[in-house]
Amino acid sequence: MSDVAQDSTAAKANIIDVQGVTKTFRKGRERVEVLHQLDLQIAQGEFCALMGPSGSGKTTLLNLIGGLDHPTGGQITVSGQRIDQLNSRQLARWRSSHVGFIFQFYNLMPVLTAQRNVELPLLLKKMSSKERRQRATTALEIVGLQERARHLPRELSGGQEQRVAIARAIVSDPDVLLADEPTGDLDRETAGEILDLLTTLNQRHGKTILMVTHDPVAAERASRIVHMDKGRLIESPAAMGMVGGH
Amino acid sequence: MGTFHLIRKNLTRKKLRTIFTLLSIIIAFVLFSLLGGLSRAFSLGVELAGADRLVTMHRVSFIQPIPLSYVARINTIEGVETALHQTWFGAYYQDNRQQIGLFPTDLETFRQVYPEYSVPDQQWQNLLNNQTGILVGQAMADTYGWQVGDRVPIFSSIFPQQDGSFAWDMDIEAIFTGSGNNAEEMQIFMHYEYFNEARAFGQDTVGWIVTKIEDPEQADQVAQAIDLRFANSPTETKSSTEAGWTASFASQIGNIGLMVQMVLACVFFTLLLITGNTMAQAVRERTSELAVLKTIGFSDRRVLWMVLGESMTVAIVGGVIGLLLGFLFIKGAESALSQFLPGLAMSPEAIITGILLAIGLGFVTGILPAWQAGRLKVIDALARG
Repeated sequence: MSDVAQDSTAAKANIIDVQGVTKTFRKGRERVEVLHQLDLQIAQGEFCALMGPSGSGKTTLLNLIGGLDHPTGGQITVSGQRIDQLNSRQLARWRSSHVGFIFQFYNLMPVLTAQRNVELPLLLKKMSSKERRQRATTALEIVGLQERARHLPRELSGGQEQRVAIARAIVSDPDVLLADEPTGDLDRETAGEILDLLTTLNQRHGKTILMVTHDPVAAERASRIVHMDKGRLIESPAAMGMVGGH
Repeated sequence: MGTFHLIRKNLTRKKLRTIFTLLSIIIAFVLFSLLGGLSRAFSLGVELAGADRLVTMHRVSFIQPIPLSYVARINTIEGVETALHQTWFGAYYQDNRQQIGLFPTDLETFRQVYPEYSVPDQQWQNLLNNQTGILVGQAMADTYGWQVGDRVPIFSSIFPQQDGSFAWDMDIEAIFTGSGNNAEEMQIFMHYEYFNEARAFGQDTVGWIVTKIEDPEQADQVAQAIDLRFANSPTETKSSTEAGWTASFASQIGNIGLMVQMVLACVFFTLLLITGNTMAQAVRERTSELAVLKTIGFSDRRVLWMVLGESMTVAIVGGVIGLLLGFLFIKGAESALSQFLPGLAMSPEAIITGILLAIGLGFVTGILPAWQAGRLKVIDALARG
């Protein structure tokens, strides 16, 4: 893991650059435009919360930035790579190195131990099994779960499962973490612990985080809050002043 | 941990389901081995048959006798080298449920027609000098622990002697070895003169006539000439090559090869449906997991191979276990059934075919779910999640 303290993100280059992106889905014979000419820039080391009502296009935007889908129009550049120009095979390879995903329902493999779940992304890297084990152990130490490494997901609490999912997201040392409602399935106290962990990853390890959330309390942890409505961005005036101000 | 670890873990997540799938595959391949061995045993005689020998039998059925005089008449036909008669004795030794192949024949000319059978000269001479002497195949002698010089009582289920006894005392004077095949050596030959004089009925008739011809390419013409010679007589004949005759003999109890193929086709088609459905179900159940794998960077092709690897692993493991069990069953039954089915064994070709079948089964049952998993759209699958 890089261990770079982030004092100021504002001065840094944009790690995520979304320009004029539109996304249209086909619904039967109708074409539904979910994102309209959307622009968004996120600086390296920023912790950005994306809020908005259901159906506003938050998850669609997150998926486009994560290279899980192609935009209908516009440009998306992440870590200096125009990902809207990559095919699905190139996108898969790109994802394995540059982004880590954190889901609301953790999405761990139930048949694998915590350690093995964390090792999964490393199967795509050319490294020895010993190195894989070491890196997974380090990731589990960062999330504070090294003593649960041999446990299966069903033997862990919801908060612990989400920690394992976060360890899996950071084990490849990606530039960007994309979290879709990471506290949506947790109680308030556990959610607080997960948000603490994300804040640590952002501030101590320099990870850029884009987090979709409905929860204003969760959003408050971010350095910047962006609102979306009907496929358009509405920058939060209250949060704008917080950019770069940890 | 590697991809194979993932495959193994996925296969063991529902142990009972995997065990039942494996069992169905194992049973199918045990059946494949057993039926294949059986089919081979029935077809072995055809493979062994000589190309330069014709067999002439009664036009109606081979159980109808033909006159002994036909041998001399066949010998006069152009293209014939030597004719030799044989008769089914219906023999058994000790256990009447286990029939053995014993044939009264003209031992004087036997060696001319079957030069591939090897007999020590001294033993051969002793055999010719003793009317109750018999020529025994090496495998038959090994089965019963017989040696040259032994006197054995052999029973006929068809022919009593004139005193009404079905027991025939015979002296083992010679033991022959064939061209290396067990089936050839599970036969006994006795003097026709002894048989013909002592039997209670059917004198001067024989079961069939084996004719060695000068040119194998003239087989059809010579066969036609033989049948023409006896046309419109009270005992018309039907001649064919030895291979054709052996095949028609086997077909009297049905087309074994076809039956075996049909049974196996049914078994494997059913297996295809069961295993294919199980694999499809197993993939459907973990759509969201496959989507997560793709999210973290697994390519479509890698996911396809992983799912295909699961079905291939189940099919190959089940197939190999089934073939191994089938091989052991056949090995166990080989000695017990050696009198009836001397060729009962699993050929290397059958083992290779079985392994290829297992690979094919794994591929066919896995390719559709694997293809579906490969083209799974991550965002749709996660949304369904």
